[in-house]
Amino acid sequence: MMWLAGALVFWACAWAGNVALANSPWSERLGVRLAVPLLFGVTLLVLWEGLVRAFGVSPVILPPPSAVAQTFANSTDILWQDFQQTVLKGALRGYVIGALAAFCTAILIDRSVFLTRGLLPIGNFVAALPIVGIAPILVNWFGFDWQSKAAVVVVMVFFPILVNTVQGLGQSDAMSRDLMRTYAASYPQTLLKLRLPAALPFIFNGLKIATTLALIGAIVAEYFGSPTRGMGFRISTGVGSLSIDLVWAEIAVAAIVGTAFYGVVSWLEARFTFWHPSQRQ
Amino acid sequence: MRSVAPVLTVLAVIVGLWYLAVAPMNIRVALNQAERAGAEIVPEGAVQRRQTSVWRLMAQNTAFVSEGYALERPRLPTPVQVGEELWKTTGKMVMRGRAWSKRSLIYHGWITLQSTLWGFFLGTAVGIIGAVAIVYSRVADMSLMPWAIISQTVPIVALAPMIIVLTSQIGVEGRGLPKAIISAYLCFFPVLVGMVKGLRSPGPSQLDLLKTYNATGLQTFLKLRLPASVPYLFTSLKVGIAAALVGTIVGELPTGAISGLGARILIGDQFGAPLAIWSALFAAAILAGVLVTLLDVAQRVTLRRMGMAT
Repeated sequence: MMWLAGALVFWACAWAGNVALANSPWSERLGVRLAVPLLFGVTLLVLWEGLVRAFGVSPVILPPPSAVAQTFANSTDILWQDFQQTVLKGALRGYVIGALAAFCTAILIDRSVFLTRGLLPIGNFVAALPIVGIAPILVNWFGFDWQSKAAVVVVMVFFPILVNTVQGLGQSDAMSRDLMRTYAASYPQTLLKLRLPAALPFIFNGLKIATTLALIGAIVAEYFGSPTRGMGFRISTGVGSLSIDLVWAEIAVAAIVGTAFYGVVSWLEARFTFWHPSQRQ
Repeated sequence: MRSVAPVLTVLAVIVGLWYLAVAPMNIRVALNQAERAGAEIVPEGAVQRRQTSVWRLMAQNTAFVSEGYALERPRLPTPVQVGEELWKTTGKMVMRGRAWSKRSLIYHGWITLQSTLWGFFLGTAVGIIGAVAIVYSRVADMSLMPWAIISQTVPIVALAPMIIVLTSQIGVEGRGLPKAIISAYLCFFPVLVGMVKGLRSPGPSQLDLLKTYNATGLQTFLKLRLPASVPYLFTSLKVGIAAALVGTIVGELPTGAISGLGARILIGDQFGAPLAIWSALFAAAILAGVLVTLLDVAQRVTLRRMGMAT
C-alpha cells in the first residue's frame, strides 16, 4: 500500500511541477525544455516500480526498474558482447553499405528522367512493405553470423534512403539550375555545388528513418539463427528461460542505442544543413 | 498516367534480373539433385563443388542450368513459381471450396488483416487524442512530444516478445491483442505527427475570424481545426496502415505464432519450404498495396466532397 500511495503522490507532484514549469515565464529556456520531459519519464519509471511492488507482480512477469538496473550493472560484459555483435557488426555495417548503395543508385538513375519516374512509385511502395519478412531467407543464404544480419539491414534501409535521395536531387529550383548553366558548370559541378546540398535535408530524412529500421532488421534476423551472442539471440532465449530482467536490460540497451543513433544522425544533420529553415534557431 | 510506361519498364528490368539471378543461386542445389538422380556432373561430389565458383559450375554443366528453374526447394524461386504457389494457396483453394483451410493464405491473410486493423484503429485513436492534447496543452506538448519521438527510436522487435509474455500472463487468450498493441505502437506516431501539424495548420487570420464570431473553443475545434487537419490525417493514415501491417508481421515473426502471414514465413523457415516464405511475403505485399490504395481512394473522395481536392 505504501508503494502505491508513494507512487501516486509522486505522480501528482511531478504533474503539478510540470504544469508549473510549462506555464512559467522560463518555459522557453533550454533547462526547462529538458526538465519537463525528463520529469515525465522519471514519473513513468516511479509508477512502474510502485505498481509492481504494490501488487506484488512476480519478477518473472514484469521486474521492477530497480531490478532491471541492477541486472544491467551486473551483466555489462554480456551486454557489451551483444552490443558488439548486433550493433557494431550487424546493424552499423549494413547501414553504411545500404546507405552508400542507395546513394550511388540514386545518383545513377537521377540522370534519366524515365528511370526516376519509373523507380519512385516502386521504391515508395517497397519502402512501405514489411521487408523484415525476408530475414529468414537471407539468414539461409548468408549463414548465421553477422553477414546475414548486415544483409537484412542493407535491404531494409536501401529503399527509404533511395526514395528520399532521388526526391531530394529534384529539389533545386529552375532558377538556380539556370544560373549554373550560365556559369557553364559541368554535370559534376552542378551536382556537387547545387543539387547535393539542396538534397541534404531529404537525404538526412531518409538516413533518420533508416536508423530504426537498421536496428529492427539486425535484431529480427537474430531470431532466425545466430551465434550464441547478440541482442536478438539473448532476448529470444531470455524469454524462454525466464531471465526476464536480462531481457529488459537488453531492451534498455536497444532503446539507448536507437535513441543515440538517431541523435547522432540528427546532430550531423544540424551540422550539414544549418542553412535550412527547419534548423534555424 | 504518364508514369505507367516507366514503372512497367522498371518492373520488367527487376523481373529480368530476378530470372538471371535464379541460375547462379540454384545451380548447386540443381547439380546435387541431378547427381543423386544418376547424372554425370563435372566436379564430382557436393563437397568438391563447394570449392568451385558458381560461374564455373554453370559453364561446365550447361545442361543442368535449366533444372535450377524448376526445383521443389529452390534457394531463389522464379517469379512464376511464386505466382503458382500464391494461386495454389488462394484462388485454387477457393474454387475447391476450402478458402478457410489452415493451408490457405486467405485464412492467414485474414488473421493478419484483423490484427492490423485493430492495431490501426487503436494507434489512430491514440495518435489523434495525443495530437489534440499536444495542441491544446503546453504541458503535454513539452512532456509527450520528446517521448513520442524516443518511442519510435526504440526497436519494437525487442519489446515484441515481452508484450506477448505480459499479455498472456495477465490472462488474455490468443495472440490478437499483443499483435494489435505492437502494430498500434508503430502506427500511432505518423498519425500523431500528422494531426499535430494539421490541427495547427489554420492561420492566425482564420482563428481571429472565429474569435470575431464569438466561437467557443469547441466550435473552433469542430469547425476550423478538425476540417483543416483532414488532408494531413489521410496522408498519415496511409503511412500508419503500412506501419500497422509491418507491426503485425513483426508480432507474428519471432514468437512462435501459428496463424497469420508472419507465422507462414516462420513455419516455412522451420520446415525448409522456401516457396511458402516467398508466397507469404508477396501476399503481405499485396495486402499492403490494397490497404494503402483503399485509403487513397477514401482520401480522394473525402477531399473532393469537402471541396479541398487539388
